[in-house]
Amino acid sequence: MKKPFDLHADYQPESFVFNKAYQGLAQDAIARYPQERQQSAVMPLLDLAQRQVAEEGAKATPVHGGWIPRAAMDHIAEVLDMPKVKVYEVASFYSMYNTAPVGQHLVQFCTTTPCWLCGSADIVNACKDHLGIGMGETTKDGKFSLMEVECLGACVNAPMVQINDDYYEDLTPASMVEVLETLAQGLKPEIGSQTGRKASMSAAGPTTLKEEAKKAKVV
Amino acid sequence: MLSDKDRIFTNIYGFEGSDLKSAKKRGDWSKTASFIKKDREWIIEEVKASGLRGRGGAGFPTGLKWSFMPKTLGERPHYLVINADESEPGTCKDRDILRNEPHKLIEGALLAGFAMGAHAAYIYVRGEFYNEGSALWKAIHEAYDAGLLGKNAAKSGWDFDIVVHRGAGAYICGEETALIESIEGKKGQPRNKPPFPAMAGLYSCPTTVNNVETIAVVPTILRRGGKWFSGLGLNEKNAGTKLFCISGHVNNPCNVEEEMGIPLKELIEKHCGGVRGGWDNLLAVIPGGSSTPMLPKDICDTIHMDFDSLREVGTGLGTAGIIVMDKSTDVIQAICRLSQFYMHESCGQCTPCREGTGWLWRVMKRMVQGNATVEEIDMLFEVTKEIEGHTICALGDAAAWPIQGLIKHFRPEMERRIMEYRKAA
Repeated sequence: MKKPFDLHADYQPESFVFNKAYQGLAQDAIARYPQERQQSAVMPLLDLAQRQVAEEGAKATPVHGGWIPRAAMDHIAEVLDMPKVKVYEVASFYSMYNTAPVGQHLVQFCTTTPCWLCGSADIVNACKDHLGIGMGETTKDGKFSLMEVECLGACVNAPMVQINDDYYEDLTPASMVEVLETLAQGLKPEIGSQTGRKASMSAAGPTTLKEEAKKAKVV
Repeated sequence: MLSDKDRIFTNIYGFEGSDLKSAKKRGDWSKTASFIKKDREWIIEEVKASGLRGRGGAGFPTGLKWSFMPKTLGERPHYLVINADESEPGTCKDRDILRNEPHKLIEGALLAGFAMGAHAAYIYVRGEFYNEGSALWKAIHEAYDAGLLGKNAAKSGWDFDIVVHRGAGAYICGEETALIESIEGKKGQPRNKPPFPAMAGLYSCPTTVNNVETIAVVPTILRRGGKWFSGLGLNEKNAGTKLFCISGHVNNPCNVEEEMGIPLKELIEKHCGGVRGGWDNLLAVIPGGSSTPMLPKDICDTIHMDFDSLREVGTGLGTAGIIVMDKSTDVIQAICRLSQFYMHESCGQCTPCREGTGWLWRVMKRMVQGNATVEEIDMLFEVTKEIEGHTICALGDAAAWPIQGLIKHFRPEMERRIMEYRKAA
């Protein structure tokens, strides 16, 4: 569950502006919606702010991940000409907007019933043990935060986690730890199924579209 | 079993590329302009004849839904909104369409958009599907570059634009009016109906919201004819093919396209390598995503997977996200976890849901331990009935149904646990 949104916390920076690259992306996002409907761009802009903070965080010491400072929300309110409180409302309503600092790699565990049936509790424990932190906590080096989330929509590849933008699926406690170790080294693990299975086909080989599978050398 | 020649999603697993060239080889984008040149009524009639019912959960006839849009374009533009906010636990089919078959969705959007007089579509992709949303964007740019979108899309004479709007983690945005609110840049809280979106939806303009799978099957239906589609499946009201997602305690969980109305047992044995430990080790199945009431094994033995067969036994096809539980499952905990889900996802707008979902979860937690009285089972049931039907949207109902299904089929287990807890105390 996400941390509460604290407008006056001491981690809140004084100011925020989009850098040049992100300014361009923000303008592109606004242009996607009809004129006079620029408020529609509040979600893409919050996402962009979080991504810019993540980019900055990767170069900081200690490192940190993407989150949305209050100053960024105020800036977005100005850009979109909407009341600040309307931006706060949106930022605090949706679970993917981090309204407080998080680690560089935000590990989000799906523990909803389909993943739970397939052993998500073991995946959670493997991470807690490996990193020595609990749910909602961040490692001292700023690299990892743990968070429990609701169904991520990859149920036939359970158990799975999302780390930042990527899904890691068909996990075992051992492969989960491997993913964490790879990330800790600054490398990018293979995303998707950790058993090498293609997307959502049966792990024993596809039961349909076998010709296509043969051509693609999947089986 | 459905044969490969009757499959719509021939690249559902991504064996081939998702790019335009590969998609065209699979038959996508062929004859698109000719359908549009026939006219709007022809498309709607063909979709009606196919018997296609919405694939997002409610199963409303798609052609009929489209016909609710105003017949002529007035001052306000019409919008097609596509719901790719796939978040119902147990469901992961739209994800495969977005990443492996995006051109089916884009082509379908153009055809459906034209049929309802819309020059623009918004596709609302759940925020967590970052890579899937990016795959969709990439395919949309390809389509623009090839002249398949934009002015005179696919040389059809119809102008059509598509925008991807990414969500940010809110199950409730799968509810169509919450989704519209979210695109407008607000909290995703459902609106009262009426007015229905077909009258006043996105930006107060006539809008139709359809599920990804519903839209993505349309081009193939038009190419092969409504009759072809309605000839597949159990009967004309439960027709066509359907993507099923089978998760949980089967040997090989997977997504698979099958005929509507396939027996559940056949689906699991043929495509999933059977239930873990064999069919007799089956305890229960949630047939259509987390909100549909569970079925015990004896019903699973013979049940067909379609809208009406499942409704007859007090549950539903929903999204066809099938969650299988074997005899090792703590069935009360399985439902309790869903109660937690609905509590977390309640938008907080209606009191019965905001307060009720939390209450249900707290009582369910005690039921898991057995720390309750037998009378409280009745009270729990009663409260679910007080929530059901008393909220703006169906999330309240969705929180109530799994518990009702548990009590209906597993009350003896709940009572046994209460007795055990008392004995131990």
